Amino acid sequence: MSARYYWGLHLGLIALLFAGHFVLPAYQHGNVARIMVLAVYAMGYNIAFGYTGLLSLGHAMFFGAGMYGMGLLSYHFDAGALPAMAAGIVAGAMLSLVVGLLALRTAGVSFMIVTLMFSQALAMTLVYFRDITRGDEGFVIPSATRRLWGMDLSDEAHRYLIAWGLFSIVLIFTLWLVRHRWGRVFVALRENEERASLLGYDAFRTKLGALVISGTISALSGAAYALLFGYAGATFAGVQYSIFPLLWVLLGGAGTVLGPFVGALFMFYLIDLSSGVTDAYMLIAGVALVLLTLFLPQGLVGEVKRRLWRDLP
Amino acid sequence: MDMPGTAPCVCPLPGGARAQDATDFMDFGPYLMLAMLEGAVLASVLALMASGLSLVFGVMRVVNVAHGEFYMLGAVMAWAVTSFIGGGPALAFIAAAILAPLLVGGLAALADIVILKRLNYDPERTIVATIGLLYILQQATLMSYGADARPVVPPFNHRIALPWIEWGEGGLAFYFPWGLSTTSYKLFVIGAAVVLIAALRLFMTRSRAGLIMRATQLDGDMATAFGIPVERVYAAVFGVGAGLAALAGVLIVPIQQAHYLMGGDALLLSFIVVIIGGLGSLAGTIVAAVLIGMSDGIISVFFSPTLAKILATLAVALVLVFRPQGLFGGKGR
Amino acid sequence: MTKLILPAGEGAKLHSPGRRKALKTLAAGVGAAATMPLLGRYASAQSTAPIRIGFQKHATGIGAAYGRWYERATLAAVEKINGEGGINGRPVEIVTEDDGTDPKRGAEVLEKFANQSNCDIAYGTLFSHVVMGSAPRAGELKLPYFVVSEGHHVASGALNRWTLQPGITDVKSQVQAMAPFIGDVLGKKVTMIFPDYAFGYDHRDNLPAAIAAAGGEVIEQIAIPPSETSYTKYFPRIPRETEVIYHVMIGPGVLTFVKELGEFFGPSRPEIFGFVDSIEATDLTSPGLEFLDGTYFWEGMPRYAQEDDTEFSTAYRAAVGCDENGASLADPKDVATYAHMYGCWETLHIIKAGMEACDYKGIEDRQALIEAVEAMSDMPEGFDHPQGPKRFNGKTHQTFGQQYISKVEGGKLVKVHTAAIDDTIYPDEVDYTSMSF
Repeated sequence: MSARYYWGLHLGLIALLFAGHFVLPAYQHGNVARIMVLAVYAMGYNIAFGYTGLLSLGHAMFFGAGMYGMGLLSYHFDAGALPAMAAGIVAGAMLSLVVGLLALRTAGVSFMIVTLMFSQALAMTLVYFRDITRGDEGFVIPSATRRLWGMDLSDEAHRYLIAWGLFSIVLIFTLWLVRHRWGRVFVALRENEERASLLGYDAFRTKLGALVISGTISALSGAAYALLFGYAGATFAGVQYSIFPLLWVLLGGAGTVLGPFVGALFMFYLIDLSSGVTDAYMLIAGVALVLLTLFLPQGLVGEVKRRLWRDLP
Repeated sequence: MDMPGTAPCVCPLPGGARAQDATDFMDFGPYLMLAMLEGAVLASVLALMASGLSLVFGVMRVVNVAHGEFYMLGAVMAWAVTSFIGGGPALAFIAAAILAPLLVGGLAALADIVILKRLNYDPERTIVATIGLLYILQQATLMSYGADARPVVPPFNHRIALPWIEWGEGGLAFYFPWGLSTTSYKLFVIGAAVVLIAALRLFMTRSRAGLIMRATQLDGDMATAFGIPVERVYAAVFGVGAGLAALAGVLIVPIQQAHYLMGGDALLLSFIVVIIGGLGSLAGTIVAAVLIGMSDGIISVFFSPTLAKILATLAVALVLVFRPQGLFGGKGR
Repeated sequence: MTKLILPAGEGAKLHSPGRRKALKTLAAGVGAAATMPLLGRYASAQSTAPIRIGFQKHATGIGAAYGRWYERATLAAVEKINGEGGINGRPVEIVTEDDGTDPKRGAEVLEKFANQSNCDIAYGTLFSHVVMGSAPRAGELKLPYFVVSEGHHVASGALNRWTLQPGITDVKSQVQAMAPFIGDVLGKKVTMIFPDYAFGYDHRDNLPAAIAAAGGEVIEQIAIPPSETSYTKYFPRIPRETEVIYHVMIGPGVLTFVKELGEFFGPSRPEIFGFVDSIEATDLTSPGLEFLDGTYFWEGMPRYAQEDDTEFSTAYRAAVGCDENGASLADPKDVATYAHMYGCWETLHIIKAGMEACDYKGIEDRQALIEAVEAMSDMPEGFDHPQGPKRFNGKTHQTFGQQYISKVEGGKLVKVHTAAIDDTIYPDEVDYTSMSF
């Protein structure tokens, strides 16, 4: 199927989410805003994991770098929203560059562990420098920062639209990237690193590029989360928040542009709905995970891709 | 600095005659020895648990993220068994040490047959499935056992004050420094771990079952060709791996308490140990467990505790970054 | 300005809510004229509809043991309130949501209360990082948020006008009230052992000055990293000259902590003073805790029935289903978080008093409810306040109350000292009433 269809599909989702702003009831409206910000994180993760095959267990450090880069500038220096966001994104980009330079010397399981270790070290560092970071308790982002072009970002409508804007930009960027020559090299590396190297691609630099893009988008999500929801805390840099994007991407479909959003949406409502039924709602999440890996191994969107739409990006 | 040892209730020095140096704190030598003893206990438990993880990875080439939950289940079952079996703490503990690993191992083998086998042991899907398993086991424990940390009475537990030797003015002085002590149970844990790991090694190298496991590890296809029932071997290996984690849980529970979230940190530590030691290499795993366990104790002597954890974590990561080939059997994935 | 809050909340009625109410009645009258049939039906339906209180429960995650007992105390208080006719003649209904002891989920749960389950207010959070993560959303949703956390976050000014802590005292006041007893009775040279995170810092930051004021000195502070499971290796950092060890640990590792402390010191130990948080929900007769005999604990409310218990205290104990050892009547091994959960009971009674004071009708009166609670001050001891009298500071949104020190004797905690409210007061750090809604 031609490019027109998949552009139509992705732009259709963006339009649908924009329409959601006007029709969703208050609670779902808030949820979707949150899910869009988290989907940005998952899309960032997907570039490293889904497209380039870099299974990181430490992406929470990039999310956390964005969150704290943004939050600390705001908390200690009363920075405006844009400089604070920029600080968060730059922090994530720098960190992913440094981590990439080191961690990409390893591969496979040891890459998982190295990223996990670096991420743990960052989470503990956030706790250790508690006088600056307020430790595990975290801090509330000053309301002065949470204004942009005269808009109050704590307002539900503004929050939704900003989240929607960020989500749309990252979705379109991802779509563009994976159709671009670079994106194809990412996939080539994922499928067979040796052959890609023989064809003259510099595997290390390509993977580094993918990781930096991935880390930077993750940091953007972390910074946006702090800005829109008004809180920065060390739990967001913990192991759990490294596992989440992996789950979302795998559920939605690794290596698909829509997968991360679908996975994040699915997981959010799975937990939200089942927590109404039982305290042990994570039990239901666990069962769902097992069933999905058994019966939908490619993830939800991945399964669509496999069965119906083979060249879905 | 003030004269130490003058506070009325704090510092009995049974050995007495000793040149006081200018410190308010416990002396360095005894402090180091205490830290090493604590490190040895951690190392012992870690070695057992990580052997299980290493065995599973070595033979099946999958990462079992639910391994920490098998450790937790071992501790919880030890609590259950000791609470329901009478006859004194020693008997109850022996019953727990036999029953808990068997039950947990059986559960794990079942999970292997029902879930992992159907995934064809695909590395990534196995990770997700075992994350799902992790949540299932954790939450099922929360629903049945509850959120409390519950203690198990050790089969025996005596405080043992340890002596220290120092070259003083009057030649060798032999005394019992303040605070330098351990318990008989902690020493037992170290001993038990040594014996169990030796037994595991014998099992792997000498027994027929161990031979089959190692053959499967070397080449699954070849093993199949020789008529080895690889699927049953995998289920057994997964069960034995989980059983080792459960045994570690049983051993630790009289020192720590059983709690439904205790598997997380234990899993992280075992991961580190298995990787540092070289994936699938049992001997390497043991060496790494001793290294990590001891350094956890010793680093805490020199740095503030949280800083020590940060430094240790970074050190592990950097070792992996700069010595990946030296530490691995081959490239992962 | 101390004013008694009468059961019906007469005192607070004199404030702005009164004027608001008059205006609203007027407006309602005009509105009613326009849409008479519809509004009339709605109003009568609403007058008996339950008041819905969203309860943010730590049902899973690290706070689960507390969550279980917070829920029991909450349901017991609601049963009492409903038995006495509810609030403004309307029954109270608790809407429970698990926050997983996680700040992100906490904020989501508040959204659910405000936007989906039509709760009037949110209530009940304990762990301070969850409070921190949730409070900004409470402010944005304009949802009254009554926390039962004992953290200093509310009174420190970090939060907002919609977040209050009227039913439980904060750690800063507790620490301050303990220092005179420690300095006068136990010893002058104090070593602190505390967890290396927010809960520990409230102790770390406030104890040294308080001990100094009592003529003593904190000679060492030992911070234990979160998630630590063995403690012996930290104990050599305790200086030998220590006369008192001040410990406060929470989480599943605390039993190990106490046991290993005992093994470290063996037969001779300094005086030991701890916050009962270390052994909340833990049976004092557990193996390994023999070592605690003869040591002292802060208690928010005595876990074991005391000889001089008031009738209110005894009635409260029965109402929440606890025996004289502070354990569940159904299961003597199921020990309550007795030193903290009174906060749930008292907070719900304050919510009732506040709603009655402002004649709360529905979510349009949320602001009036905050103003009514801010107008409260002294609350006498009684069945509504079984822990003791309270003094609420409307400016800092924080309550103050008596603190208790108990000694472990024969496997029970026996009260040996009661710190007066005046010992717990510190200067205001914020004036929330000057902030906008």
